[in-house]
Amino acid sequence: MDIVRDFRDGAQAQKIARAIGELVKQVPDSHRRPLQFMEVCGGHTHSIFRYGLNQLLPDEIEFVHGPGCPVCVLPMGVVDDCVSMAERDNVIFTTFGDAMRVPGSEKSLLQAKADGADVRMVYSPLDALKLAQQNPDKEVVFFGLGFETTMPSTALTVQKAAQMGINNFSLFCNHITIIPTIKAMLDSPDMQLDGFIGPGHVSMIIGTRPYRFIAEDYKRPLVVAGFEPLDIMQSVYMLVKQLVEGRAEIENQYNRIVPEAGNRHALMAINDVFELRPYFEWRGLGSIDHSGVQMREKYAQWDAEKKFDLPRRKIADPDAAQCGEVVKGVLKPHQCKLFGTACTPETPIGALMVSSEGACAAYYNYGSVQIPVSEVTRSRTI
Amino acid sequence: MCLGVPAKVIEIRDAVQHVALVDIGGVRREVDVSCVVDPDQGMDALMDKWVLVHVGFAMSVIDEEEAARTLAILEELGEVQEALDDIRQTEQMLGGVG
Ligand code: SF4
Repeated sequence: MDIVRDFRDGAQAQKIARAIGELVKQVPDSHRRPLQFMEVCGGHTHSIFRYGLNQLLPDEIEFVHGPGCPVCVLPMGVVDDCVSMAERDNVIFTTFGDAMRVPGSEKSLLQAKADGADVRMVYSPLDALKLAQQNPDKEVVFFGLGFETTMPSTALTVQKAAQMGINNFSLFCNHITIIPTIKAMLDSPDMQLDGFIGPGHVSMIIGTRPYRFIAEDYKRPLVVAGFEPLDIMQSVYMLVKQLVEGRAEIENQYNRIVPEAGNRHALMAINDVFELRPYFEWRGLGSIDHSGVQMREKYAQWDAEKKFDLPRRKIADPDAAQCGEVVKGVLKPHQCKLFGTACTPETPIGALMVSSEGACAAYYNYGSVQIPVSEVTRSRTI
Repeated sequence: MCLGVPAKVIEIRDAVQHVALVDIGGVRREVDVSCVVDPDQGMDALMDKWVLVHVGFAMSVIDEEEAARTLAILEELGEVQEALDDIRQTEQMLGGVG
C-alpha cells in the first residue's frame, strides 16, 4: 500500500464529489445555502487550495477558513519581542522557518538577521537545544509556537534541558490551544457554521473527546480529518451525511493516525511543563480567554519571558489590512483591499500572506489557477 | 508546520533516551520516539513501523489496517456512485430513445 498515492487518486475524488453533490440535495431546507464548513487547521486550508477541492465540490458547500495557522495569528508585538531578544549580543535566536518572515512593527526576524542578529532557522526544538550545548557562552532562545501538535515537542525539549542541566537554553512560549479557539468561533455572532473539519494532527495529541461539547452544547457536527485530498472529500461527505440524518456527532475520518484517547505520553509532557494563561492576544481576533499556555513556575529557569526583559507592547495592524476579517472567515482573502497589490508573498503585510498555511498565501498561490486533482496525483510534488 | 511526514523506523539508536533512526523518503534522520514507545513492548517493537514525524518527534504510529479500511470505504463510496452514474446514463439514453 502506498498511502500517499492512494489518498490522492483524482478519479476517486471526482466520484466522491458527485456523491456529495447528490447527498447535499437531501439536507433539510432549515440549513441556509451554501452550507458553511470551517476547516480549523491551516494544513487543511493549504490542501483545499493545493488540490482545488473547493472547485471540485458542489456550489452548495463552502469552506470557511479558520484561525488554525499559528504563524498567522501572532500579534505584531510578539514579533517585536522576538526581535528584541535576537538583537542582544549574547543571544542565538532560533525558530521554525515560517516565523522568520512575519512582519513586526519595525522588522521581521529575517530582517533582523540581515541587520546582523544571530537568528537561525531550525527543524526541531531539539536542534536548538544542541546549539545551546555547543555554545555554552551564548543564550539560545527557541521561539515555540503552534497548537497542541507542536506543544509536546517543546515540552519534551524543556524537560530534556532540565534533565541535562542545560541552563543557557530557554523557550519563548507562544503556544495556543484549540478548544477555547473553537469555542470563540462558535460564540461569534458573525459566524453561521454548519459543521467543522476537525484538525487532524492536533487531535492525534488531544484525541477526539475534547470536542464533544461542540456536538452536545452547540449541536454542530465535527469530523476529524486527514490532510490528503480524499481524506478531506470523505470528511465533507461525512459532515453532509450527518446533516441529512439530523445528527450532530464527533466522528473520526483519520483513525489511521488519531486514536480516540490521543497521545498519553505527549499530554503528560504538556501538563508537566505548561499551564493555561488567563488570556492570550490573537492577531485579528483579539483576546481569547485561556487560549494560550505559559511555562510553569518550576521551569522558570528555562522561560525566556522570565529571563529577558521584553517590551511586550500591543501594536495595532495597519488600518487598511483586513486580516482580522479574513481570520474570522467574514471576508475572503481576495476581498481584502491590499490583496495582491500592496500585500503579496514577497512583500507580506499580514501574516496570512506569509505562511503556506495562511489563507491569503493559499489564495494567492493557487486561487486563480485550477489544478486538476488528477495532475497533482501524477506529479506528487508534496 | 503542522503537517508532519510519514517515516519508517530503520534502527534503534538509543533505548534509554528513546532515539531512533528513520527514513523519510530516502533521507535519514534521528528522531525522538518517546511519545510512541509502548512501555510494555519496548523500543524493538517500533522497528520497520511507519510513524508520523513532527519537528523531530515521532507522534503517532501509522495504523496501516485503519488506512486500508478508510480506503475501502472510499472505494465503496466511489463504486456506488459509479453504478448510480451508469444507471442515470442508461435512463437518459433509454429516455432519449423512447
Ligand atoms: S491580503 Fe495581506 S493584509 Fe489583506 S488580509 Fe491577507 S494578509 Fe492581511
